[in-house]
Amino acid sequence: MPWSLLYENLEQTVAVILFGIGFSILLLQRNLIRKIIGLNIMDTAVYLFLASMGYISGRKAPIVVDGVTEVTAYINPIPAGLVLTGIVVSVSFTAIMLALTVRLYRRYHTLDIDEIAMLARGEDA
Amino acid sequence: MSFVNVFLLGMLIVCALAVSLTRNLLTSLIVYMAYSLIMAVIWMFLESPDLAITEAAVGAGITSILFFVTLKKIHAIKGDSEREPTQK
Amino acid sequence: MSRRRSDWEQRPQARIRKWYKEGFLALDEEIIDHLTQEPRHTHLQEELIEAQQQAESSRQHDRALALERMDQHNMLIWARTRGRKAISRFHVVLALALGLLMIIFLLDTVAYMPRFGDPNAPGANEVSRRYIEQGLTETGATNIVAGMILDYRAFDTLGEATVLFIAASAVLILLRIDRNKDGSPVQELIAAESDDQHYEPRNDRILQGSAMVLSPIIFLYGIYIILNGHLSPGGGFSGGAIISAGLILYLDAFGFEKAGRFFTYKTFMWVSFFALSFYALAKAYSFYCGANGIPSGIPLGTPGAILSGGLIMPLNIAVGMVVACTMYIFYALFRKGGL
Repeated sequence: MPWSLLYENLEQTVAVILFGIGFSILLLQRNLIRKIIGLNIMDTAVYLFLASMGYISGRKAPIVVDGVTEVTAYINPIPAGLVLTGIVVSVSFTAIMLALTVRLYRRYHTLDIDEIAMLARGEDA
Repeated sequence: MSFVNVFLLGMLIVCALAVSLTRNLLTSLIVYMAYSLIMAVIWMFLESPDLAITEAAVGAGITSILFFVTLKKIHAIKGDSEREPTQK
Repeated sequence: MSRRRSDWEQRPQARIRKWYKEGFLALDEEIIDHLTQEPRHTHLQEELIEAQQQAESSRQHDRALALERMDQHNMLIWARTRGRKAISRFHVVLALALGLLMIIFLLDTVAYMPRFGDPNAPGANEVSRRYIEQGLTETGATNIVAGMILDYRAFDTLGEATVLFIAASAVLILLRIDRNKDGSPVQELIAAESDDQHYEPRNDRILQGSAMVLSPIIFLYGIYIILNGHLSPGGGFSGGAIISAGLILYLDAFGFEKAGRFFTYKTFMWVSFFALSFYALAKAYSFYCGANGIPSGIPLGTPGAILSGGLIMPLNIAVGMVVACTMYIFYALFRKGGL
């Protein structure tokens, strides 16, 4: 692939790389807390990708100053609204997962996902 | 594409890699907090101040506090947990 | 490179130096030492022996059960010691390959995206043109993004506030500890579970001094951000998060009894319920007026003043209250299992 194009859209490239890194953390780490951090990294990478679609070079943030309401003075405001909703949903999701982690620890006294799966399977016998 | 912008994006990748490669759980949490803060500065480079304020308050604030409290609940913070209970 | 770490011998740098200086022989001995050690999980061996004894000396039905348990213990022991190494190596290679493959395919997609910062991008279509050109006259808000999420697309924000409410309910179900009237837990608990402030110093001078000075300032700043949500960046979400940070600081410094004087469980219940219902009912007029094309009679005020923007400021206050209560109840449930 042409490397200069990847350097032009640098934010999107970095967002894609972060998505891959977060996915690998989610798969490879055995500690539950690190898996949750990996999921959060994937979330913020997607928000970075989305918000970089709204940027137009040379224009300012979408807050009206001096009554200027031309289109050529402000960036695209729609992706910012979408990402705003996403950030708050992400934090509530993290809170639920951490509550589940606390309950799992109280029950099995370990944070390793392999041990929890084996102990749970051993109990069902 | 200014130098600071490129540098901050590089630091994002470094932080994301450092989360998985450290041994201590507390260290990876603090690196995640730094990652969230760098992300808030990058939102400002993309001319969205709403997102910057929300990410700084919610990501680097509330989510990290919840992680710390979870670590305390599962006794993963090494400290003076063998101290005598002090009087009121 | 410092050699003062206690686990220097197991670090990869130390192993590489050892290989460099002494060749493969030193590493081979280390691997042989490691393999000839006993497996660490010996309690499974004891259970296996017990199951074997039970299998020999009991009736038919019990013997079948005991044989099945023996098989399962055998499988668990193999999975723990040897199978785990093979499976985990295969798993690591597969996961890394999958991650790299995903990155490469997505980078190929990024190469076809429109150029970053292009004014003729397909994303800047007539919808965003309408929001920018007529946002100020139709909503009365100077902040175009706030006017968009609380007037044009207010239904999405209602869904988001509902998601916060549902998350608070879910964490309540998972972590709440039922208590009697006098504060003692209903069921028997380990002492560390119910209130983990038991071993901490109660009156910390630094924390209380700084909380006394900082908490009012943080509350004031959060209220300022909420009220100015339609004029400058901010809004309900960030303002609510800042107010909850002030409440958490107060709770940490002064304890649960003092914070319970002004923020009880009933407060959380009624504030969340009223804020969400007010939000849901306040925009109900647009189902009637918007569909029939009738202009609603809500005054828009002069742009730039605080009391402008129609219903945007009350909706910001409602969202801010929901967010503040939710974040605070998350923290209190994690610390103590209640309020």
